[in-house]
Amino acid sequence: MSDNYLSWGHYPRISQKVQEIHWRSEQLPKLIGEESVLPYGLGRSYGDVCLNEGGTILSTSSMARFIAFDDETGLLRCDAGVCLHDLLQFIVPKGWFVPVTPGTRYVTIGGMIANDVHGKNHHRVGTFGCHVTCFELLRSNGKRLVCSQDENPQLFTATIGGLGLTGLITWAEIKLSKIAGPFIDTESIRFDDLSDFFELSKESDKTWEYTVAWIDSLAKGKNLGRGLFMRGNHSDKTHPDKFDELKPKLAIPVNAPSNLLNKYSIKLFNSAYYRKQLGRTIQRQQFYDKYFYPLDGIGDWNRLYGKKGLLQYQCVVPMDYGYEAISEILGQCANKGQGSFLSVLKVFGKKKSPGLLSFPREGATLALDFPNRGKETFLLLDSLDKIVTEANGAVYPAKDARMNSNSFKSYYPNWAEFAEYIDPRFSSSFWRRVMEQTGS
Amino acid sequence: MQRILIIGATSTIAQAVAKLYAQSGAQLFLVGRNSEKLAQISQDLMVRGATTADIFACDLADKTKHEEILHAANKILGDMDIALIAHGTLPEQKECENSIEQTMQELEVNFLSVVSLLTLLANNFEKQARGCIAVISSVAGDRGRQSNYVYGAAKGGLTVFLGGLRNRLSKVGVHVLTIKPGFVITPMTQEFKKGLLWAQPESVARVIVSAIEKRKNVVYVPWFWRWIMFIIRNIPENVFKRMSL
Repeated sequence: MSDNYLSWGHYPRISQKVQEIHWRSEQLPKLIGEESVLPYGLGRSYGDVCLNEGGTILSTSSMARFIAFDDETGLLRCDAGVCLHDLLQFIVPKGWFVPVTPGTRYVTIGGMIANDVHGKNHHRVGTFGCHVTCFELLRSNGKRLVCSQDENPQLFTATIGGLGLTGLITWAEIKLSKIAGPFIDTESIRFDDLSDFFELSKESDKTWEYTVAWIDSLAKGKNLGRGLFMRGNHSDKTHPDKFDELKPKLAIPVNAPSNLLNKYSIKLFNSAYYRKQLGRTIQRQQFYDKYFYPLDGIGDWNRLYGKKGLLQYQCVVPMDYGYEAISEILGQCANKGQGSFLSVLKVFGKKKSPGLLSFPREGATLALDFPNRGKETFLLLDSLDKIVTEANGAVYPAKDARMNSNSFKSYYPNWAEFAEYIDPRFSSSFWRRVMEQTGS
Repeated sequence: MQRILIIGATSTIAQAVAKLYAQSGAQLFLVGRNSEKLAQISQDLMVRGATTADIFACDLADKTKHEEILHAANKILGDMDIALIAHGTLPEQKECENSIEQTMQELEVNFLSVVSLLTLLANNFEKQARGCIAVISSVAGDRGRQSNYVYGAAKGGLTVFLGGLRNRLSKVGVHVLTIKPGFVITPMTQEFKKGLLWAQPESVARVIVSAIEKRKNVVYVPWFWRWIMFIIRNIPENVFKRMSL
């Protein structure tokens, strides 16, 4: 049993067995009795989708080899354990980029498929799963199935966003996007409230590939929803400069005291961040890594939240209720003094993912993070679930550690269809939790 | 373009070294036991930029195959710039103590098979009068300890052999590098509890490539093992024999 394989939120803390997978040709370990397995990449999902309490996780980060790359078409085939960081170091100098990137480079390709991750360009290109052409799935009966839109299409759609439950993805093929160089032209615009955000977003989504906003989560009243809107496009500039890496300059070596991030420090940070930008609009050119992965610059930043860890909350609500639901959520947080340290708001586009259980759908998505203060935090999140349910929205499993079964089933009406494709020997702490009958 | 022979190419350290050379367009010849694993590594290296990455599968404990290996490598690579020997096993010391067969087998793999390959390689390199023979030994060979003296004896013998070979080949300008890793995070050490002294294979690989370039004689990786082993070597035997290392 090992306690070393945590999720990024450091909550929950559980014990599980670990089996390393080094080669895509390997067989799955022999299972005794009811034992279950679950693929584990780099442990960057926040809650318990990557954990398997009492069972075994299959650690895939050593199964990380390239298989083929076509510099003409941008088709890349590689092992599922390949880390996005290594992939970018290889493809960016050749003039290619991943079609969709999450906010950290320390994720595996398999994990990006299993959580069907999205990025700041969702309004243009959809989720990561929209750009996966095929992959191989190793099932517990020893069968290896190549899955694509044409071959085993049901398993293909169940596995994209399938939270690792349909089998082990051994390799995958993705279609990369061509870029002129490693730079991003960016603009940061200060806005005063939520309706300004929606206007900026509407206007920007037409001409900007990447859009996202940071929100001051403790601002109340007429300031509710104020923040900074950040938009970017890949620059045409091809600079001969070296690719200087964003190495963690600062790393958090140990867990901080649990009360470091409190009402006052969060409020201080949020107002300072809002005010750091004096002018309304700032334009600049940034290296792609500083633009996409600013938090990777602080190694193990999750330790700032102390031993009890953090709870992330990301929801999406349809645009019809977007304004009301988001302002209600922000209002709840501000009134209860439970500010989120980093709050991010974006509008998802129309493009549908092939994934049966995918989280992104058209609407406004808000991501919040809370230090785990026990009961009061859980009660607050339960009340946010109610708002999301009423607005006909959904909460993101990759960031969740606590939603109940009823909420999950209402957010993911396809869950029963999805469940038919789960491998009988694969399971996770998350899945057992949301399948539990809650009674209420 | 460098032409490189790697023996024990499926070992984690060898894979990390091969990646670095592939990025600079090297021509590689990979020898190991498992052809499926060699094929996966070869594909990876080709994508990363290797000019060629041919594979040769055989059991390295079988010394009758060694001439064949070098013959095949020579045919593809011609003259060699670098030969890296990286294969080995980490025996269970306790099992060895109760089994002559197990002990002999460990000495066979970790010492005698390497000596056999080096005997052939040395003559090849002596003829071409250039190039580098780099061999992975271990800090375990610096002094016999109760916890792993079978492995230590094999690596210690290897270190002495390499010292002699370096002495001989330096006369014709051939560089012999003895690599002494400490604890490295690989499948071979999967069962060990990891601490501060443990190194990632990628950083070990960078040290090896730079030691080859700078024509170093003996390199400890990471560097601090030189000092740890200096202390361990200099403990008087009367004290040492009572310690539990």
